[in-house]
Amino acid sequence: MTEANVWIVIIALGLGSFLLRFSFLGLVGDRALPDRVLRHLRYTAVAVLPALVAPLVVWPAATDGQPDPARMAAAVVTIAVGYVTKNFLAGIFSGAATLALLLWLL
Amino acid sequence: MTTTSRKRTFWRGMVDGSPFLIVLAPFGALFGVVATEAGLPVFQTLAFSVVVIAGAAQFTALSLLEQEAPTIIVIATALAVNMRMAMYSAALTPYLGAAPLWQRSLIAYLTVDQSFAVCAVTFERDQTMTLAERVTYFLGVVAPVVPLWYGCTLLGALLGENLPPWFALDFALPITFIAMIAPALTTPAHIAAATTAVVASLLLVWMPFSSGIIVAGLLGMAVGAEVERRTQKAAP
Repeated sequence: MTEANVWIVIIALGLGSFLLRFSFLGLVGDRALPDRVLRHLRYTAVAVLPALVAPLVVWPAATDGQPDPARMAAAVVTIAVGYVTKNFLAGIFSGAATLALLLWLL
Repeated sequence: MTTTSRKRTFWRGMVDGSPFLIVLAPFGALFGVVATEAGLPVFQTLAFSVVVIAGAAQFTALSLLEQEAPTIIVIATALAVNMRMAMYSAALTPYLGAAPLWQRSLIAYLTVDQSFAVCAVTFERDQTMTLAERVTYFLGVVAPVVPLWYGCTLLGALLGENLPPWFALDFALPITFIAMIAPALTTPAHIAAATTAVVASLLLVWMPFSSGIIVAGLLGMAVGAEVERRTQKAAP
């Protein structure tokens, strides 16, 4: 790993990431998208973010990928509290409290 | 939009984005620590966070660089991890696509998991927002989040190994995203989309370069859209 090598990675990654982010926003702009497409896009957040998080919950890097009851329980409590209260902070704090308590107990 | 209402919208975005500060500060600092430990100079570590602003992709690139992977593989893998940004871009287009090109370019640079998650939920819930209000709100959300990302990377790089080991820090990120998404599960279609995505993501975890996440996300979106179509048909 040379310094020049790292610069190449930084610049290519920055440029590539920008193009991914700019893609639709920049090129489609305010042209109307078909209903079918819009209907799919409505579910981007509730699909992609859970997909991103699920493996981190079941196989946490901190336990070398071993399923961990404390982390699993914290995730379940966060979902339940967030869903019932519809409150973001209530979800975060109850999840963090569950994790802290269980890591201390177990 | 008057100055007062613009200020109010900007402030509302800042408030809605601020819970992420608790998560991003340690995450950014951790990148700074790990990068300098891997041998990157402080300036280069900071540049990494400023140019790329994508935590997951940055950690991916760094770990591959440490493993002496070929440069092209490092770039391709980290970009694959960032592929979801294209989906975010598509999802924001109906709300922000009419903004001037320079604003769209700025928004594109500032599109991260956090700004997308907050804005997608707010824009969907509050359909009365004007274009100018949405742009202002977006900038409000990123105003504290992005500078903090830079700052904490720098701090982590400067402090290096002297940093205390944070308590179960690894789990701050998943909990934040779950807390963000759970209140957004308002219809059977949303629940179906999220459940499908979770199951698919766990089943597809073997796919290379985290590409299973993208496939699982697309499957979840398809199921959500289909459930919505059927429930609408069933309604009178």
